[in-house]
Amino acid sequence: MSDYLDGNVAAGPLSELFAVDLTAAIAQCNGCGHTTVFAESRVYADAPGLVARCVGCDSVLLRIVTTPNDTYLDLRGLTYLRVPTT
Amino acid sequence: MNIVSPGFTGRRRGGTELPPGQYLTHEFPVLSAGPTPHVRTEHWEFTVTTESGEMYRWDWPALMALPAEEITKDIHCVTRWSKLQTTWKGVSLDTLLADVETGADYAMAHSYGGYTTNLPLEDLLDGQSWIAYEYDDEPLDPEHGGPARLLVPHLYFWKSAKWVRGLVLSDTEDLGFWETAGYHEYGDPWKEQRYAGD
Repeated sequence: MSDYLDGNVAAGPLSELFAVDLTAAIAQCNGCGHTTVFAESRVYADAPGLVARCVGCDSVLLRIVTTPNDTYLDLRGLTYLRVPTT
Repeated sequence: MNIVSPGFTGRRRGGTELPPGQYLTHEFPVLSAGPTPHVRTEHWEFTVTTESGEMYRWDWPALMALPAEEITKDIHCVTRWSKLQTTWKGVSLDTLLADVETGADYAMAHSYGGYTTNLPLEDLLDGQSWIAYEYDDEPLDPEHGGPARLLVPHLYFWKSAKWVRGLVLSDTEDLGFWETAGYHEYGDPWKEQRYAGD
C-alpha cells in the first residue's frame, strides 16, 4: 500500500500562495542533491500538514500547514526551485 | 452576586465528554508525515540524553525486563478525531527516568525516520506517559508506531511520537517537527491548543 501521493497534490495549496505552478518547477533536494520536477516528489497528505519528500533520500523538501489564520510554508529542504522565465 | 460558570469544556456523546472541536471515531486512523520505518526489535534502542550530555540506553530485552503497565486512555488527534478507552501496554517514563540525573525542564522526543516533538519534562512524569509496545493486546503495528511509541494521551496525539528512539533533555524549549510549522508548542486538547498562539 502506498501511503504517499505525487507532488501534483501540492498544486492547490501552492496556488494559494504563488502565481506560478510550482509543481512544474525543477526542485533540488538540499539533503542529497537529487534534482527533478517537483511533481515527482512524494507527498504525505494524511497528516496534520502536507509534507513533500525527496524520491532520492526521503528528506523533507517542503511542508505546508494551513491554520485558521495563516499558512506556514517551510522550504528548508530545497536548495532551489527552478522556474522557467516567461 | 455569586456567579458560577463551569465554562465550555467539550461535547457529550453517549455520556462521554470530548474535548472541544473533536468528533468520536471507532476506527484508528493512520496519519503519517513520511514512510513507515520498519525497525526490528533486535536493532531497536531507546536513549535518554541529559542536558550535560550523559546518555542512558535500553535495548529491547532491557525494555522488556522493566515492569510494564496496562494503560486505558482516550486519545485525541489534532485533526479532530478522538478515540476512547484505547488499551496499551508499556513502560512508564517514571520507570525509565527514575535513575536519570537531570534538572532539565524540557524534552525533545526523537523517532526513527527523523520525526521530533517537544514536551515539558514534567508532562512525561507522574504517570502521564509511557513507552508503549502493545495495542489491544497485540504487538504495536509499525503503522501505529511499532515496535514502540511514546504515549502521552493528555496531549494531542502528535506528541505521542511513533517509532520513538530517544529523548534529549534540555534547559531550553526547542520546537519539534509540527511545532516549527505552526502547531502549538504544548497541545492541550481540552484548551484546544491546536495552533501556535491558541
